[in-house]
Amino acid sequence: MKKEESDFFDRPKVRKALVVLFALTFIGLLVADFLLHKHSYFYWDGIPSFNAVFGLVGSLALVLIAKHLRRFIEREEKYYD
Amino acid sequence: MTSIFPPALVFILGAVLIPFLKGRVKSVYMLILPIIAFLVLRGIPVGNYVIGQIMDKDLFLRIDKLSLVFGYVFILATFIGIVYALHVKESTEHTAAFVYAGSALGIVFAGDLITLFIFWELLTIGALVVLWSNKTKAAQRAAYRYIMVHLFGGVSLMSGIILRVVETGSTEFSFIGVSGLSSYLILLGVAVNVAIPPFHSWLPDTYPEASVTGAVFLSVFTTKAAVYVLARAFPGAEILIIAGVIMAVYPIFFAVLENDLRRVLSYSLINQVGFMVVGIGIGIPLAFNGAVAQVFVHVLFKSLLFMAVGAVLYRTGTAKATELGGLYKSMPITLVFTLIGAASISAFPLFSAFATKSMIISAAGHEGMTVVYFLLLFAAAGVFHHAGIKVPFFTFFAHDSGKRPKEAPLNMLIAMGIASVISIGIGVYPEALYSILPNTVDYVYVPYTADHVISQLLLLFGAFTAFSFLMYTGIYPPEKRSINIDADWVYRKAAPAVVSLIGSPIGRIYAWFARAVFETLPRFLAWVTKNPLAAMKIGTDTLLLPLSGGSKEAKKSLAREKAAYPGTVAQWSVSTALGIALVIFLAYLILLFI
Repeated sequence: MKKEESDFFDRPKVRKALVVLFALTFIGLLVADFLLHKHSYFYWDGIPSFNAVFGLVGSLALVLIAKHLRRFIEREEKYYD
Repeated sequence: MTSIFPPALVFILGAVLIPFLKGRVKSVYMLILPIIAFLVLRGIPVGNYVIGQIMDKDLFLRIDKLSLVFGYVFILATFIGIVYALHVKESTEHTAAFVYAGSALGIVFAGDLITLFIFWELLTIGALVVLWSNKTKAAQRAAYRYIMVHLFGGVSLMSGIILRVVETGSTEFSFIGVSGLSSYLILLGVAVNVAIPPFHSWLPDTYPEASVTGAVFLSVFTTKAAVYVLARAFPGAEILIIAGVIMAVYPIFFAVLENDLRRVLSYSLINQVGFMVVGIGIGIPLAFNGAVAQVFVHVLFKSLLFMAVGAVLYRTGTAKATELGGLYKSMPITLVFTLIGAASISAFPLFSAFATKSMIISAAGHEGMTVVYFLLLFAAAGVFHHAGIKVPFFTFFAHDSGKRPKEAPLNMLIAMGIASVISIGIGVYPEALYSILPNTVDYVYVPYTADHVISQLLLLFGAFTAFSFLMYTGIYPPEKRSINIDADWVYRKAAPAVVSLIGSPIGRIYAWFARAVFETLPRFLAWVTKNPLAAMKIGTDTLLLPLSGGSKEAKKSLAREKAAYPGTVAQWSVSTALGIALVIFLAYLILLFI
């Protein structure tokens, strides 16, 4: 621990590079998805970029529902003691 | 026939020696046991073998493709779990772990219902002792709730088995199907161990209370051994599709909110088992194979994640998101293993679940189950959210907690390394796993098509974008030092409250009733029989007292009568007694002849 402590992921440059890399990959995937002939089970899951939107919206819904759920189910840590 | 030695007994009998060994010998011995079990298993050809007898019923050992997959992964997980736990000096947990793992092997190789039930109960006891071996008060109390819930499941299973044996006259353990009371009872008993809501809350209640090493074992056996019973006895049962979808979706909301990361993993365990249960419920060869393949990879990446979070807990003393963060700086190797586990559970291409989970989701699409398909897809995105992003993010990144723990001990790193290598290995070359799956399919499932890779990546990228957006905008619910109530609230809070609410009035009525029947009435009868005539006189005088105006004279004479009671009992002559008896007899005759 006395040796060089890595702060790799705290460097602004690294963070920026990661975000750019992520965005570029995402765009690349979306383009590829658009060009690809897809095998689909239902007519709507064949729509280009369906999964991306589904993942995005699904996750937003998940977190927002959970956030509201917290009002009903949250208790202090000592609740059962 | 008698030369067959059940692999389960290698573990269970082998466990007996562990407390007598020390140091390096003990370590080597424990590492060799799984290897022996594997060799013993390999030495038995596929088939049914009689291994004993109870009450004139033969006990069977069954080796076939389905049981072998479970057997292999259980033995592998035991080996990894022991490597991870080598630094633990005490023998209690090791011994219990081998009994526990051995019982799981007993379940998957049981050819009859009696053997199944014996190992089923032994499994619970093994898990209980593993829990107990963490000496915290919380663990002791959780263990008590654990045994209560599992006793309920065990009794249900036993009742179902007895009914079934009486109905069919056979103890054979094979396809049962959902029909009739006996099958319902068996299914209910198994559902408790599979952790199907509302019988799931024992799992996130107890696993996070186990020791660092104990939780790794616990995460493997109980649920998956129960999944095996479902696969054997209830394939194609539609109710399992519904149950599995609930299992896959319900826990992810809790996993998002939960602060204790081992509890997050417990909820995600239920979610993963949900996929398996759906696969078994759909029952077509692709789905069934997918469920079994999912068991295999799940055991590895779930124990990997439990090991990684366990290593953090071991070094820092906490597994709570609120108290962790920034650990990548001092535990980089553990970070890498955590990310491999996270990628595997999230079904990233080249990682294990990519090759298995899609088999189940595809099968749902194949069968035209629209709702099931989308709920599973939603659950798959949810997995990535809490197990794939949340666990590594809050542990190793997020806000810097200032903690700079040492890297995990070498044995832990080796154990995580083994699980990581196999998880990637299956992801890169899934055909190795496909080749041992139970159903031979006429078409080969190919996970690596451009379509599948891109669709899956888009799903994960979409989910990741959502997470980043919510984090960046601060909408993401902040990690809090809190707990969330779940179904266990019913027996931890509601039931005791109801009991005391209903109990206290009922208790009072009961006490009054008991006093009247068991004390007042007998005492009165005893009093009367001492001198019935005098008692009757006292009674009459007491009744007449208010009528006579309650004069002082009357009161005094009543008091005198009471004080003199019982006094001397009038001695009746034989003729008087006979006379009374004759009068009663006459009365009978008259009554009879009217």
